[in-house]
Amino acid sequence: MGFEGVDFYRIDGLLSEEERAVRDTVRAWVDEQLMPVIGDCYIEGRFPKQLIPGLAELGVLGANLPEEYGCAALNNVAYGLIMQELERGDSGIRSFASVQGALVMYPIHAFGSEQQKRHWLPRLAAGKEIGCFGLTEPDYGSNPGGMITTARETGDGWVLNGTKMWITNGSQATVAVIWAKTGDVDDVKSIRGFIVPTETKGYAAKDQKGKLSLRASDTSEIHLEEVRLPKDAILPKSGGIKSPLSCLTQARYGISWGAIGAAMACYDEAVSYAKNRVMFGKPIGGTQIQQVRLADMLSEITKAQCLTLQLGRLKDAGTMTPQQVSLAKRNNVSMACDCAREARRLLGANGILVEYHSMRHLANLESVYTYEGTHDMHSLILGETITGIPAF
Amino acid sequence: MTTLFAFAEARGGTLRKVALEAVTAARRAADALGGGEVHALLIGGPGIAASAEQLGRYGADRVTIVEHEALERYNPEVYAATAAVQLGSGNYRAGFFPASAQGRDLAPRVAAALKLGLAADITEFELTEQALTARHPTSIGKAIATLRLSGTPALASLRPGAIAPVVAARTATLLSAAPALDPAAARVVVTAMVERGAAKLDLGEAPVIVSGGRGLKAAENFRLVEELAAAFGNAAVGATRAVTDDGWREATDQIGQTGRLVSPTLYVAVGISGAIQHLAGMRTSKVIVAINKDKDAPIMKLADYAVVGDLFEIVPRLTEEIRKVRAEH
Amino acid sequence: MKIAVCIKRVPDTESRFAIAADQKSIATSGLKFDISDFDGYAIEVALRLNEQQGPGEVVAVSLGPEGTQETLRKALSMGVDRGVHLQAETIPFDGLAIAYALAHELRDAGYDLVLFGRNATDSGNACVGPMTAELLGLPCVSAVSYLEIKEGKGTAHRELEGMTETVAFALPAVLSIDEGIARPRLPSLKGIMAAKKKPLDSRPAQLGPIQLTVERMELPPERSGGRIVGEGAEAVPELVRLLRQEAKVL
Repeated sequence: MGFEGVDFYRIDGLLSEEERAVRDTVRAWVDEQLMPVIGDCYIEGRFPKQLIPGLAELGVLGANLPEEYGCAALNNVAYGLIMQELERGDSGIRSFASVQGALVMYPIHAFGSEQQKRHWLPRLAAGKEIGCFGLTEPDYGSNPGGMITTARETGDGWVLNGTKMWITNGSQATVAVIWAKTGDVDDVKSIRGFIVPTETKGYAAKDQKGKLSLRASDTSEIHLEEVRLPKDAILPKSGGIKSPLSCLTQARYGISWGAIGAAMACYDEAVSYAKNRVMFGKPIGGTQIQQVRLADMLSEITKAQCLTLQLGRLKDAGTMTPQQVSLAKRNNVSMACDCAREARRLLGANGILVEYHSMRHLANLESVYTYEGTHDMHSLILGETITGIPAF
Repeated sequence: MTTLFAFAEARGGTLRKVALEAVTAARRAADALGGGEVHALLIGGPGIAASAEQLGRYGADRVTIVEHEALERYNPEVYAATAAVQLGSGNYRAGFFPASAQGRDLAPRVAAALKLGLAADITEFELTEQALTARHPTSIGKAIATLRLSGTPALASLRPGAIAPVVAARTATLLSAAPALDPAAARVVVTAMVERGAAKLDLGEAPVIVSGGRGLKAAENFRLVEELAAAFGNAAVGATRAVTDDGWREATDQIGQTGRLVSPTLYVAVGISGAIQHLAGMRTSKVIVAINKDKDAPIMKLADYAVVGDLFEIVPRLTEEIRKVRAEH
Repeated sequence: MKIAVCIKRVPDTESRFAIAADQKSIATSGLKFDISDFDGYAIEVALRLNEQQGPGEVVAVSLGPEGTQETLRKALSMGVDRGVHLQAETIPFDGLAIAYALAHELRDAGYDLVLFGRNATDSGNACVGPMTAELLGLPCVSAVSYLEIKEGKGTAHRELEGMTETVAFALPAVLSIDEGIARPRLPSLKGIMAAKKKPLDSRPAQLGPIQLTVERMELPPERSGGRIVGEGAEAVPELVRLLRQEAKVL
């Protein structure tokens, strides 16, 4: 039976027909293509890359970018709904789409030359090229401005050196958007973006093993050793830390929606289980403790839906601020973690098995809590916005 | 005098059971209206006339036989035109067709040719001078519609198996008629008929159906279902959509909303959880047995008798026990 | 080829539903609607035929109330070129009344094929396709499980009880499509956006007279099921005993 979503406050009525149609088609795709394989992929620690062509054909990659570059040109609410439905399936598959769309296609579109856009965007939209975003380093996570990857200018181009870590799609990428300092290692303003085909000599990616979270996702280290690039590898309009941060804002926006999807999946599973699981002669859904759990989950999901829809409308109006995204990302991922945990507990012993989804979501969401700006970082972003006093 | 029409479906020169069901329905209608004649229409290839007598046994007072070498197989345009002419020329109060695969092709065309409504796929009916009322399970399986059909003749198609044939013997008058359309002019021609599987009992006719689902884990394990069906001796094998989608079984084996709707006397569900669209296909079965390791699966709530546990142990044991029961008879 | 596909907007089959206050229909508030399953297969068949055989036009036609336009737009988002909405406040149960309206729309419009789904997943009558064919005077093959079109001629398979029939027919023809031929494609996101710009005409349906009506709609009697006979193979003898002595089906 297909997933029916959660819509206690009839948010569907606030969506346009297209937004609903987009949501429905991705929802059906997740049911048909992802759900049958995700359990095995998660256990085996493997990204289901055979699904990439199907995802691309559906038009999911870079879906909110313009038609002239081979993209679907959807509005941002529709884009958010895509992320919601993908993450209802698994955070790993949504991470793939977030990276490809918001962290690779977006910077090329925002900061690239016309030539770069015309070459890369249609190929990335079609899934013929897979991208990754190289910002985070082993010693520079929450403080990306401190990065020590360098880009040395030469007579005929650039030479990149450095290490990036926790890079989604890092090993399977055919192209990487790498952020490096062209000036002094203290000069944050000298950060520029570079398009690096991953087969370039000196580029090496290594799968990060031993993950207990986002197991159905490619997470890799990238080593750049004297990677020589032509002059036109640079993203000409990039400059300073705000370039990569604006990409992160795009991704965080998508993640705010995605977290709702994960919470919905856990809630839906918990409700179904609670109604069917009989103990002491009646369904456990008839006991007070489980009802409180379910009421809390439904409340949090509903609040997040209302909040995030408004965020999408602001983005479409062109007025969304990064701080507004921080609030949504922080709130939604946190509540999703809670929903997953409580659903897992409601499921009892069965809840530790991969055939139930909540614990997989619970584990994944710990990564989502930490990446794209940790929960705590977003607290401080909001704190500074509220008080005017940075407390980083 | 009241006359009722029945279409007698035949295949390969012999009457199908649905032909007797249609005649029984017409007979019942005639009796309810205080008496009347049942006229059956029998179309087929050379030699089909031999089956006419059997129609008399089930209540036909008259059988119109249309025998032509080109009509050995179903010919939609000729059959429809002929039935329309026959129905249109008599003063029939009602006409009954089977809602078999052929009947679902034939009956609506006849109705449209006569500009009459059709109460299709009905399980019960009542005929008065004013109207035909009938019960029709909507294929969503969850709601039953009571229909009212006005107009004369009132045309209906009967769900196979819904009306049990009843002997009401008489000697039928036999008439010959020509096809209403030259078969050579037909634009739709049946060029071949191939039996599917080795003499498999059809899902719509089998008194017992044994069905398998995802719980069987692999296509090869359907052998367990087939062995149990063979043990019953009169069982057909069905499948869920999940399993036909995966290619373990042919699409024609699928029981459910977009597959076959079945009403056997006994339905045994093996390793089937009971998705709504599957239940819609079999919930009108007289007795349902379910075997599943999950006692909370929806099918277990629907079943009259449920056995919880490992089907790989339960089904072979059941097969053994059924063989013993059959051997005693 | 120029292909018309007649589709019906039906309640989503997974929805829980209740009988309406008038006791004659399903209560529609809160129900989700979609293209009837078999009609979806018919759309897919039409799209594939034109993909394989060179450019043509696929037109989706649907009779029903206002919401029908959304259903037609889903067909457009799958790749159908044009939509026609025949307006009717309610969709009659009488297939012949609908067939009249469809025949009126399709007559003399030059279609090589007119496709239907085998039956609608709500009413389950399987009438409208063959009736429309009869009114149009076109050859009809119903419940097609396999289809091949070559040079203006068609070959189809129909599944009978225990047999498969092979049928040859000439175009133009009316076909109703059964399960097993094709899974309908999901609308792509670009398709959804493109659908907005495709032509969708709306006009009143020219329904025929209604002779068949629904007097009452009711839910089937609740089965009192759920009896667990036992666990494991040890429960089998008791099951067999119950089937023989209690249910009397053995």
